[in-house]
Amino acid sequence: MIASPSLQALLMIATVVLTSSVGEVLMAGAMKSIGDLDEIRARSGMLGAIKAVVTCPLFFIGIFFMAAAFFSLLFALNHMSLSLVGPAAASLTLVTNTIAAKLFLKENVDRRRWVSAILVCIGVYFLAH
Amino acid sequence: MSHPRLTFEQFLILAFVSISVPLGDACLSRGMTSLPAISLAHPFSLVSAVFTPWIALGIALLIGYFASYLTALSWADLTYVMPATAMGNVIVALLAHFWLHEEISWQRWLGVVLITVGVGFVAQGPVNTTPPAAFKDAMEATFGSNKEAQ
Repeated sequence: MIASPSLQALLMIATVVLTSSVGEVLMAGAMKSIGDLDEIRARSGMLGAIKAVVTCPLFFIGIFFMAAAFFSLLFALNHMSLSLVGPAAASLTLVTNTIAAKLFLKENVDRRRWVSAILVCIGVYFLAH
Repeated sequence: MSHPRLTFEQFLILAFVSISVPLGDACLSRGMTSLPAISLAHPFSLVSAVFTPWIALGIALLIGYFASYLTALSWADLTYVMPATAMGNVIVALLAHFWLHEEISWQRWLGVVLITVGVGFVAQGPVNTTPPAAFKDAMEATFGSNKEAQ
């Protein structure tokens, strides 16, 4: 069964948004599990900070998903215009990141942060459109 | 590692996160448009492009962005860093209007206002709200007991 063009577009944008969100949340999780890099750098120097990052497996899983997001963006751009994919992916990622940060990173996403995420999401859409 | 408010150094790191991507992209664009067209038949000409000044500067800025983004994520919430990085778009639009005298549509001005208000909202709150114990429990439940690197 061949999906309709609008469903295909939806699937491509959803893939970009989801892989990007997974990558960013894993990356944020990796950095939180490592701890404050400024403190590590003060204690162990720049090499110590770099070592702390590159020895964290979660960091590389995050990199993998961010690379997947990049290539799915390239694939989407091959089928759709930048003026559709760019604003849609950039603004929707803000919302999915906020939901994922609350669910998986246990961040305290209060009303203030929800309002901020929604305003920035709409703002990015208008600015990039 | 709890940071209820930003220190001056952390503010500078977030500011660099905001402006480095648009500046880096602008440098790459400036560098690539000044080069002759690169065809797929000669892909290695892309490698030599890396060593031209504008592209090298663009790459350096993007590497700097990644390093400062990771640093920011180590002491700030993702939901705090995200809106801050969106401020880069606002800075680019303002530079385009006031420095390059480009015409900005009302939709873009609306975008500038919405992002600025959104960033203002989140900037008034705490930088890091993750309870360390809750985060550690969630990580260990998802990935097993993944020990800290240092």
